Amino acid sequence: MVKIETIRQKISAKFSQASLTEEPDMPTVSVSKKDFPELMAFLKNDSDLSFDYLTDVTGVDYLKQEREPRFDIVYHLYSFKNNQRLRVKLGVSGEDLDVPTMSELWKAALWLEREAFEMFGFNFVGHPDLRRLLLPDVFDGFPLRKDYPLRGRGERDVVLDLK
Amino acid sequence: MSETIKGLTTDRMILNMGPQHPATHGTLRLVLELEGEKVVKAEPHIGYLHSGFEKLGEYKTYNQWITLSDRMNYLSPLCNNIGFAQAVEKLIGLEIPERAKYIRVILAELSRIADHLVWMGTHALDIGAMTAFLYGFEAREWLYDLFEHTTGARLTTSYTRVGGFLKDVPEDFEELVKQFIKKFPKVLKQLHGLLTRNRIWMDRIRGIGYLSKEDAINYGVTGPVLRGSGIDYDVRKNFPYLIYDRLDFEIPVCDDGDVYSRYLVRMEEMAQSLKITEQCIKDFPDGPVNVADEKYKLPEKEKVYHTIEGLIHHFKNVMPGHGFPVPAGEIYDATEAPNGELGFYLVSDGTNKPIRLRVRPPSFVNFAPFDVLMRGNMVSDAVAILGSLNIIAGELDR
Repeated sequence: MVKIETIRQKISAKFSQASLTEEPDMPTVSVSKKDFPELMAFLKNDSDLSFDYLTDVTGVDYLKQEREPRFDIVYHLYSFKNNQRLRVKLGVSGEDLDVPTMSELWKAALWLEREAFEMFGFNFVGHPDLRRLLLPDVFDGFPLRKDYPLRGRGERDVVLDLK
Repeated sequence: MSETIKGLTTDRMILNMGPQHPATHGTLRLVLELEGEKVVKAEPHIGYLHSGFEKLGEYKTYNQWITLSDRMNYLSPLCNNIGFAQAVEKLIGLEIPERAKYIRVILAELSRIADHLVWMGTHALDIGAMTAFLYGFEAREWLYDLFEHTTGARLTTSYTRVGGFLKDVPEDFEELVKQFIKKFPKVLKQLHGLLTRNRIWMDRIRGIGYLSKEDAINYGVTGPVLRGSGIDYDVRKNFPYLIYDRLDFEIPVCDDGDVYSRYLVRMEEMAQSLKITEQCIKDFPDGPVNVADEKYKLPEKEKVYHTIEGLIHHFKNVMPGHGFPVPAGEIYDATEAPNGELGFYLVSDGTNKPIRLRVRPPSFVNFAPFDVLMRGNMVSDAVAILGSLNIIAGELDR
């Protein structure tokens, strides 16, 4: 078992700007885009931490909270060695949606990032196959954003127009 | 073009399976690239059943969304109900009564058996073993009668509420569960007899759909697919919830990583679920099934008619635009559903609706390595491999 304090020390020794907070369910690391790829590789490959398992990738839109950056991309990691979960949050502003892909580290990200892409519009740079997964290829817009209405914007007609 | 036999040349062929195919159980489409009868590439196209449950979650109160959770994994709706209610309770910080915990464990384990029986039946039916299907579905029918008697519905159960249940279980619940515990081992023995050492069955599914340990971890699969690849991970053991830390059960693991090992894992899981149910029903406690705080449960009718507090709580619970507020914060909470880790990630801003409701569906993640599983196998194995993953389209597409 690795203590949360150890995770904190290990992260802060290498990444001075990343901050670790203890949430009730699991420790959470907030990271800037600059440190993000190295931090993820470090979390996976460090022999003490070894977060070798990517449980989930998703986004959250804070439009109505008027927060900057507008989006969070949330990664849930798990370590078999330590039986420990960890959440990594990456803030993404509405103007710059480019994010490095994690599919080279964890193949689980292949589909999870595709879903996050079609729902929120994040551009996962380096993803080998960034197409829409659940929605039709011609779909326009990103439905899980807060400025997207519940009843849609007439995509049904777009789909029907396909010949 | 590639030369196979002298003078005979073959082209690669694209074969489209689905969206409507008797063996896909729900609408999903597979595009298989074939060389002769060998699959060189398999690409799943999903999303035919996408219903926007996550978006709807942002417009519904917490208790309203429970009805939608039924529609995700429609083979074990109770597991979804329980997983979601538990996530919200943890976010609020509610501790449900002892009896409610026992009921939840019993219903979750019986759902697991029901889910595995459907999987076993249809998996065998797809490959051509029809008898096992009939035996399995008879036992599943006992369970569905039990669920109907308890919750009022066979499929759309919507039985849990945040802080407990819609209502207590009927008086004869214990008796019915005991009857099932008595009857089921015989069925399980018959199923083992029909399939497990059956020469045709073994020849058909051994050694196909191989998923290595490394790939299983890398692709993040969970549940029987992960355990069928030899990794001992189960949310019930690794992050015990409800009363699982007090129960005596084992997690079956099989090292081979093929369709047959996933079959063995699921068959043993049914036996373990029965063992858990037996322990729960042995010391089934009395008492309330809902939390005492009337902010989170419908008050008794007597109170609604005769006290002003009761009336206020009643209206607060049922009026549109009301519903209890959930403290601001976020939580990821997972339960072990029949297909694997069913996680809910909730972000609340302190109002009666979440600002983000994310479902981490086991089927979705388990289906992602389908291409790896399919490569090098025959077309006819596609159905067997698909069956071994037990993809539920409602949960896959949400």
